Amino acid sequence: MAAYLVRRLFQAIFILLGVSVITFALLYLLPADPVRQIAGRSATAQTVENIRHQLGLDQPFIVQYWRYLTGLVQGDLGRSYLQRSEVSELIAARLPASLLLMAGAIACELAIGLTMGLVAAVRRGTVTDQTLMIASFVGVSAPQFVVGLLLLYFFAVQLGWFPIGGYGTWRHLVLPSVALGILGAGWYSRMMRSSMIDVLRQDYIRTARAKGLARGTVLLRHALPNAILPVIAMIGIDIGLFMSGIVVIESVFGWPGIGQLAWQAIQRVDIPIIMGVTLVSACAIVLGNLLADIVTPFIDPRIRLR
Amino acid sequence: MSEPISPDLAAPVVSAPRYDSAWSRLLRRPLAILGLVIILATVLGAVFAPWLTAFEPDAQMFDGLTIEGAPLPPDGKFWLGTDLLGRDLLTRILYGARTSLVIGIAANGTALIIGTLIGVTAGFFRGFVGAVLMRFTDLMMAFPALLLAICLAAIFQPSLWIVAMVIALVNWVQTARVIFTQTSSLAEREFIDAERTLGAGSVRILFRHILPHLVPTIIVWGTLGISTTVLLEATLSYLGVGVQPPTPSWGNIIFENQTYFQAAPWLVFFPGMAILALALGFNLVGDALRDILDPTQRGRE
Repeated sequence: MAAYLVRRLFQAIFILLGVSVITFALLYLLPADPVRQIAGRSATAQTVENIRHQLGLDQPFIVQYWRYLTGLVQGDLGRSYLQRSEVSELIAARLPASLLLMAGAIACELAIGLTMGLVAAVRRGTVTDQTLMIASFVGVSAPQFVVGLLLLYFFAVQLGWFPIGGYGTWRHLVLPSVALGILGAGWYSRMMRSSMIDVLRQDYIRTARAKGLARGTVLLRHALPNAILPVIAMIGIDIGLFMSGIVVIESVFGWPGIGQLAWQAIQRVDIPIIMGVTLVSACAIVLGNLLADIVTPFIDPRIRLR
Repeated sequence: MSEPISPDLAAPVVSAPRYDSAWSRLLRRPLAILGLVIILATVLGAVFAPWLTAFEPDAQMFDGLTIEGAPLPPDGKFWLGTDLLGRDLLTRILYGARTSLVIGIAANGTALIIGTLIGVTAGFFRGFVGAVLMRFTDLMMAFPALLLAICLAAIFQPSLWIVAMVIALVNWVQTARVIFTQTSSLAEREFIDAERTLGAGSVRILFRHILPHLVPTIIVWGTLGISTTVLLEATLSYLGVGVQPPTPSWGNIIFENQTYFQAAPWLVFFPGMAILALALGFNLVGDALRDILDPTQRGRE
């Protein structure tokens, strides 16, 4: 077990290193020259060269990458071109809002997805089952920005139940969470359905029924816990979906998280911020996958550790 | 009665080839048929767009806006209403279908080729190269697809083909993983050993015995992948870093018109439904194909 954990941890570190190489290479390849942006249009060639030298941008790729990497390890993600502040500070200030949104989305996708999957498995082969599975297909096929805009239109503009956008109360949280969670709910309902069907086929379920336990008790007390665990283990992997989703959802709802930060940076071509958010997201994804890898063997001892 | 039996009964002595039967099994599934109908309708709409609508996609019409300059709701002349520049929305959606399909096929085709090449190479030859390729694939898995695509789109000025290539560059990863798993389990099977003992070279084994087994997987992922591609293109275009106006794309129609969306929700609703329908179509067909072509995956994710 310990060897497995250590190996997984090393893999995660290796991947993060690779991620930093790629983000830096992208930064390096960009046609937009940061020195020109800092120096302004009227700068002489000599001034431009001086700034380039001061920033170390005339050094070879490897030297520049080493500086970037040592900065990263100390939490330095560089400076924004336009906002005149540290990228790490901008991200740190906005991270809590994004985490809150993700928590809302996880609650939402589990509530919707697990319920749908459970009902579909119990009513397997019926019209209810088919309807729910079509709904899950619609959920995974729906573009998140369209879901967000439509939720806004119906529940905020038309019905007035929720605010049109912004941040603050629990009312602000509901629509963005649903919009972000619907995609995952689609996947969860399908996984939950197949997991539940697998469990319901097992002998111990038949034994429980045979010894006279009520159907509801067997379902909820004996089948559900075993069916739900492998599905819950996927939450870590969801983080990857969320990291793309929050860029869209936060810009639709004006939610002040790192997704909106990235979106605003895209509009102004503020590359260090885009790179910073990409890097933070990649860390979150690697940690999420690591979490899933660590949790899964605890939940299901039948899974062999490799 | 000169003929002893009807021609129908006389014909199928030899069992039909595998893909015929897969096709007929596909046509027995209502959901797959729904998906095929959606895809076919989109393809026909895209191909025959100039004959299906009386308007040009870029024509800004005087009678396409209210006196105050607001877009028109759906009516007898403009079936799906007009957009903020007084262009016919139905026309733009039909021409936008071209964008979605071209990018869907080009981007996903490229992603499929990259993914298959990497997966097969890593799975069949293993060793150092294989390990490097798969670690690289793991690495790419760690990037959020949308953000990586945005970074790439910021580096290259977005045009239709650049957007397609950007999407291909972030989308090959899933295919590579699946193909790698399949190839490496195939490479360990006894019939491959037998072939090798008989003196067959790597190239022969690869093309005669490995690749044919991968065809069903490639078909399944090719179909499911188009759905992902369509969604990613729409999202990039909605964020303004995908296909650039005036070329109509379902995503940039919403991007251009979203300031009006409270007053003119049809400008979000119709293109949004088009994206949803096309992605759903490919998902339904792809899922059915997975059930049919790959029995080991049946009912699983």
